[in-house]
Amino acid sequence: MGLHAPSRRNVLLASGTLFAWAHLPKLAHAEGRDPRFLAVILRGALDGLATVAPVGDPNWGALRGDNALTLDGKVPPLKLNDFFALNPAMPNLHRMFQSNEAIVVHACATPYRERSHFDGQDLLESGMPKPAPSDSGWLNRALSALAPGRSVAPKGGKVFAVGPVTPLVVRGPAPVLSWSPQRIMPAGDDTFGRLLDLYRHSDPKLANVLEDSSKLSAIEHSGDMAQKPGGAGPGQVRAYFAEAAGNAAKFLAQSDGPRVGALALDGWDTHVNEGIANGRLSQLLGALDDALAAVKTNMGAAWQDTVVALATEFGRTAHINGTDGTDHGTATVALLVGGALKGGRVIADWPGLKSADLYENRDLKPTTDLRAVLKGVLKDHLRADERALARTVFPGSADVKPMAGLVG
Amino acid sequence: MTASGKAAAGTEAAALALHRFGFGPIGDQITAIAGDPRGAVLADLDRPGAGRLPVDLPSGAQAARAVFDFRAEKNAEQKLSQRALKEAEASGAAAMMDAGNAAPQAKPPNQPPPLPQQLVLNEAKARFDAAATANIGFVERLVWFWSNHFCISADKIPSMAGPYEREAIRPHVLGRFADLLLAVESHPGMLFYLDNVQSMGANSVAGINRDKGLNENLARETLELHTLGVRSGYSQADVTSFAKVLTGWSWINPEEPEHGGEFVFRKRLHQPGEQTVLGKRYPDTGVDQGRAVLADLARHPATAQHIAQKLAAHFVADEPPPTLVGKLAKTFKDSDGDLKAVAATLVGADEAWVPQRRKLKPPAEWIAAVIRLTGTQATLPIGRVMNAQAVLGEPLWRPPAPNGYPDSEAAWIDGVPRRVDIANEFAGRAANVDPLALLDSGLGPLASSDARTTIARAESRRQALALLVMTPEFLRR
Repeated sequence: MGLHAPSRRNVLLASGTLFAWAHLPKLAHAEGRDPRFLAVILRGALDGLATVAPVGDPNWGALRGDNALTLDGKVPPLKLNDFFALNPAMPNLHRMFQSNEAIVVHACATPYRERSHFDGQDLLESGMPKPAPSDSGWLNRALSALAPGRSVAPKGGKVFAVGPVTPLVVRGPAPVLSWSPQRIMPAGDDTFGRLLDLYRHSDPKLANVLEDSSKLSAIEHSGDMAQKPGGAGPGQVRAYFAEAAGNAAKFLAQSDGPRVGALALDGWDTHVNEGIANGRLSQLLGALDDALAAVKTNMGAAWQDTVVALATEFGRTAHINGTDGTDHGTATVALLVGGALKGGRVIADWPGLKSADLYENRDLKPTTDLRAVLKGVLKDHLRADERALARTVFPGSADVKPMAGLVG
Repeated sequence: MTASGKAAAGTEAAALALHRFGFGPIGDQITAIAGDPRGAVLADLDRPGAGRLPVDLPSGAQAARAVFDFRAEKNAEQKLSQRALKEAEASGAAAMMDAGNAAPQAKPPNQPPPLPQQLVLNEAKARFDAAATANIGFVERLVWFWSNHFCISADKIPSMAGPYEREAIRPHVLGRFADLLLAVESHPGMLFYLDNVQSMGANSVAGINRDKGLNENLARETLELHTLGVRSGYSQADVTSFAKVLTGWSWINPEEPEHGGEFVFRKRLHQPGEQTVLGKRYPDTGVDQGRAVLADLARHPATAQHIAQKLAAHFVADEPPPTLVGKLAKTFKDSDGDLKAVAATLVGADEAWVPQRRKLKPPAEWIAAVIRLTGTQATLPIGRVMNAQAVLGEPLWRPPAPNGYPDSEAAWIDGVPRRVDIANEFAGRAANVDPLALLDSGLGPLASSDARTTIARAESRRQALALLVMTPEFLRR
């Protein structure tokens, strides 16, 4: 195994569909605020340690060796405080952090402690305490629990088209509008790599065809790269992320538009040749960084009333594996951006990186429950009822108090 | 038919049957038919209404007339606006000129497509729904096979492509080959596609008056592609004679409001006199002269061999076992071209149940299998399906030449990388499914442990699903 061909072409998979609620949050509105909330689900398990590196931890360098982002490394990360530094592919997020418009929550995880993507994503999106079939997501149930104000409908009520499939996080009783980007994302390098592995084991003819196509494609795309010497990332995925997130922001920004939305961006499962500082993950984070900048730009004045929450199903192993990647882990980062935040902070009850400190001796240990973060935002930003948050939005989470002071 | 051999039982044979003879499993079909997979496929042949579409769509003639009227009206509209523009120019009305020069206005959203496209979309949807919802789909696969064997192209005659398949192909796929052949060669869609509507005998009344003559296209392709097969012993003289026989097989111009678009035999175009085709003399009996030649072509041994070879190659292997071809040809001859009996012989033959999966599914068939497995048929617009077929090189009813789309791995394998993008798109439309459960229901024991591991390790359900439909065992049958 491990014969992925990351150079097949410069595209990565993404599924971005905006789902938006068509009502104003009434209580917040009554206070004279007009809050916007966007949830971004990062599917595939984002490597939190590669996104926000604990450069002040004495065990950090030893843990990841050449793959560790360090302040004296070849590609130094962007300093957040004395202990944490941001992946250098994310200058926009860094600027937001410096302007107190971004919060990093580290060593954060859902209650899920296994390592299946499918179950992990279900739990992240359903908001349930344990993996179990669910037909609704926490965001939808939160909307149901909000006092709905007047209905909003962008221009003529027909701007939104019905998208292909609603992600679980917004499925449920509250009505949602949906919109899909015009751009259809080709399958990603990662999918091609996995197929190539499979074909090499089982069907040499198909393997040859796939390999030949990747050579042709590399030639085809070499021109794109030459045209954009400054563009550090694959153009298509950047364009796609930016279109998906940027258009979500345009909808949310409209005075008569929806106020709450969600979208999903895929591609974070970096088992092989992760490319933390200069490669696949770096390109993905760069694309995400552009998308965040597009959100800020397109929100315009509404940025001051905005919180965007980015979360993934779980983290990755603390150590690098045998193929310069990381395997499925546990704790990771959650990111909040937006003008409504009390930002410029990394919130972490840091568990440490010594072997004994790691979860099951392999993963960053979770010390903050992601539900506390999300509940804090839903409560203080959208004025969701705390009892409803504990009972119906994140059932069985009465012990997980909403994190206070994130917004305001 | 042989009794069920050891190859034809259990879930492996069931999975094999659903992929090889049908459009792939829906739901728990693999276990449902595991007791008697061969019987289940054969039962598809006995289904009432098998091959027909439960739809009420315009006939080919009606569609041809409607498209003619539509285009005539559009032309008139254009003429009127050109006239108005000219008048405005003449009167020096600058404002109106500006309006005329302005960029065309964006099309208002949600406007239905123009009538000709809408007709094709309706036909395509009816056809694709039949494949996507069929219980097993063996008869639909036969429809697709025969439609490709006797192809016409919507590029040349868009109004007729769908109706042609419903009117000429579907009623006969389980009937007699002679009836299928006659229905095909006398359908206005085919007569127009292969240029017979204007073909006339040099000695016919019209030929003498207009100094025009034969078009051999239909006669040649009927011999070379539809019946005997290339290099099967016919000569250029046979082609010419047969073309003379077919003169007068034409259609009524679609501008005629009553019967436009229907078949007509035009005696004025018909070459008078006896003709000799393949050594047999056919007296001039008008339209019946052509019917007599077609009837003989239908029961010619070379036709039996040609059809048997193509059927076996389509369902079993690019180079099918000669014994299987022999069995199919024998049934074809013994039954006087009873296509249901031929299909039953195929399913009954042990050669058709070998576990080796030697065929790469052509694009459209693979798309149907993907949609059946993922349950996306109800929510997938037909335009997306047609687009996917086109992207993969098999646009619906638009083959580049009268020999139809190729049916071999060599023709399609280079397009496999492009299928990954389609797989990714369709997987993104699938509801919240369990990929490992779909692996079981879609492939059963055919799924390799490598495939299972690959799917289990996928980074998302969407990726898992895309990988599943791209496994060698799902691509091949």
